[in-house]
Amino acid sequence: MQQILSRVNKTSTFATSLISIVLGMLVGAIMMMAAGYDPVLAYRALFASALLQPYDLGESIRTITPLILTGLAVALAFRTGLFNIGVEGQFIVGQLAAVIVGLKLGLPPVLHAVVAVIAGGLAGALWAAVPGLLKATRGVHEVIISIMMNFIALNLSNVMIRKWLTEGSDSTPKIPDSASLRVDFLSQLFGGSRIHLGIFLALAMALFMFYLLWKTKLGYELRAVGHNPLASEYAGMSVKRNIILSMMISGLFAGFAGASELLGTAGYHSIQAAFTGVGFDGIAVALLGANTPLGVILSSVLFGVLTYGGGNMQFEAGVPFEVIRVVFAAIILFVAANISGPLVDLFFRRRRGRHLARNLD
Amino acid sequence: MNVVEMRGITKRFPGIVANDNIHLTVKQGEIHALLGENGAGKSTLMNILFGLYQPDEGEIFIKEKPVTITGPTMANKLGIGMVHQHFMLVQPFTVTENIILGDERSKRGMIDYKKAERQIQELSDRYGLRVDPTAKISEISVGMQQRVEILKTLYRGADTLIFDEPTAVLTPQEIDELIEIMRNLVKEGKTIIFITHKLKEIMAACDRVTVIRRGKVIQTLNVSETNEKQLAALMVGREVSFTVNKKEATPGEPVLTVKNLVVEGNRGIEALKGLDLEVRAGEIVGLAGVDGNGQTELIEAITGLRPVKSGMIQLKNRDITHFKPRKVTEAGVGHIPEDRHKRGLVLDFTVSENMVLQSYYQPPFSKGWAIQFAEVDQYAKRLIEEFDVRTPDEHTPIRALSGGNQQKAIIAREVDRDPDLLIAAQPTRGLDVGAIEFIHRRLVEQRDKGKAVLLVSLELDEIMKLSDRVAVINGGRIVGWVDPQKTTEEELGLLMAGRVIQEEVSG
Repeated sequence: MQQILSRVNKTSTFATSLISIVLGMLVGAIMMMAAGYDPVLAYRALFASALLQPYDLGESIRTITPLILTGLAVALAFRTGLFNIGVEGQFIVGQLAAVIVGLKLGLPPVLHAVVAVIAGGLAGALWAAVPGLLKATRGVHEVIISIMMNFIALNLSNVMIRKWLTEGSDSTPKIPDSASLRVDFLSQLFGGSRIHLGIFLALAMALFMFYLLWKTKLGYELRAVGHNPLASEYAGMSVKRNIILSMMISGLFAGFAGASELLGTAGYHSIQAAFTGVGFDGIAVALLGANTPLGVILSSVLFGVLTYGGGNMQFEAGVPFEVIRVVFAAIILFVAANISGPLVDLFFRRRRGRHLARNLD
Repeated sequence: MNVVEMRGITKRFPGIVANDNIHLTVKQGEIHALLGENGAGKSTLMNILFGLYQPDEGEIFIKEKPVTITGPTMANKLGIGMVHQHFMLVQPFTVTENIILGDERSKRGMIDYKKAERQIQELSDRYGLRVDPTAKISEISVGMQQRVEILKTLYRGADTLIFDEPTAVLTPQEIDELIEIMRNLVKEGKTIIFITHKLKEIMAACDRVTVIRRGKVIQTLNVSETNEKQLAALMVGREVSFTVNKKEATPGEPVLTVKNLVVEGNRGIEALKGLDLEVRAGEIVGLAGVDGNGQTELIEAITGLRPVKSGMIQLKNRDITHFKPRKVTEAGVGHIPEDRHKRGLVLDFTVSENMVLQSYYQPPFSKGWAIQFAEVDQYAKRLIEEFDVRTPDEHTPIRALSGGNQQKAIIAREVDRDPDLLIAAQPTRGLDVGAIEFIHRRLVEQRDKGKAVLLVSLELDEIMKLSDRVAVINGGRIVGWVDPQKTTEEELGLLMAGRVIQEEVSG
């Protein structure tokens, strides 16, 4: 019995996520039934339409790509004890930097795209450095600053598009092919979908995060500072330096997400009235993925499939897309409340009770 | 009458049986000691009695009636009060405000402070606590704060008081006063359960003692029919030596020289006001003092964790005054921090990762960017072996180890770097007799190798046993040096309380 329990404890993060997903989808199902829809039909439509056809699979992967990057961004900051709620803003400046390089620099193919991606990443990193710097030197909470930086990013980007990148228009021209992340070979493989090279960037960054955190000196420091800043200070590490660096690497991931979305999916930048929410979705992804690179990939796949498939579910089963957002929220609620712990407990206690009862017979 | 009777109490946690069929009977009007090493299950048992845990098996009788204690509120109603080791007080509030917190009795919707103050004054007088109900917590001594905790339980009508390691924070004089208070309480019909691992206090204060080892009751004895040696053997499960075997010290050149050091404390008030100190090679200097007289600030200043306002710190004639922590470490200072969880360890790291907390960036542990975890693991394995750190393996999170083994890991790490100066702050706090023996031996070993050791401890016994010279700190200054062979605890206690003696003992 104890062995089982300790094993459950060990795998609890995975169990937590799995149980939360099931419960979250159950909540969605109940809502659908209450509204008079058939949940079985709806979910079947959702998964079938997201995964079965090459085109849909490609589109699902395209949806997954930015989620991985923003999820990694949030997860990395979490590991160092920081809550980077500014991923949204770093995502936007990443888009902006990428579109500027795409439109204003004339470079040969491949190089052009590489420079644009790097520019996006650096812009995100610099944007995130501000809250990091203020936290390290002035002790201001990073959540406050990075939320404010989100609004600055959104409005800065709008002003730049209207006043500098165009003459009063709502969106920029398309970037030249030399800067695009779309490649014909890949698109054709997936039935002409908008899948692009960003997915490889995202997977590479997940690998990079794993290597950084668990194999390098810097990662050792980042984790130490995240777990116990006082002990890190005692050990001679610079807590301030690590806070700034952690925010910058987090911002780098977010900036890459923005650049890859712009150069791969949209191809142009346009004025936005409100946040797209990709950055905030990163928080959900990181939470469900228990802040590990592999976890982030897996939870991005789930959220990506739900998002893309949810759109098709609307047509095929007539269920409104909002239900899927409810499922998201419910999943996160269950993860955050760590509902699985008590559930597992209850399950085992019940079983032990039954076991005792049987012995008494 | 049996005020408390616990029958066959068993409590299991994953991987461990914390309480294994425990029987405990506490009689009306006695002081009953609960003796055991750390992790023996004393606290678990008391938390069950106080309603914080539910037992898996067993029954509890309060005043000979069976009860199920569902929580602290219920325990309070049954007349059980707990004086916690770590005080639960609101600093800017007055004594009265703290005592009535959570049990505010009101008149027409308003809290009746006057009445509460009167009641508290009465209680204080009756048991000889001498507490001023109108004083602010932040302005009274630690000993007084503890009395406020006692008053809290009395105000709530407790007749059985659990004291959880109450003497850890007190001076010898305050301990005597506490024992006096406990006697007064018992005289007035209260019953006391006294959790401790200090044998001397049991002999001085208690009527009966129950010894717990590894979750089992070993024996319940009358204190008048036993002695320290027997109790220690029962507690640990083998014979224990009380003395530290050490030869005469052969001190050499000064290793640490602190001159006229001024350092600010956390609230911007000067915590060190011109402190002078010297520790030589091959000696252990004990720093004795009541908690909060500048010990922490001194250590932090030496190790670079706190800025120095003025004055000088030298290590082997090298000025290290404004060095950063890493530079201090590299200059040859080892530091066993006073709070192992706060500073000494990253609890979520593995044993391995903790072993290289200060040296991970040096070869052979790292090459270029990367940490060579194979090297780190090998190194950790060697230290685990050499310092007898009990752990399943080097990849176990250090959080899972017992306090004694965590401390051994820190000692291994600090001693193995072979520093010229080893600062040991509360190196045995909260540890059991066996671990204490081990750590003391290691400190003496360092001294015999010609290293300088600065021992900072609130345990006078420890200071007296280990030190070659004792410096007494009070109000941020060294107020006297004494020879541990010639001084008495009384003399030390007076010095610690701030009475300066004229003659100094030259080393």
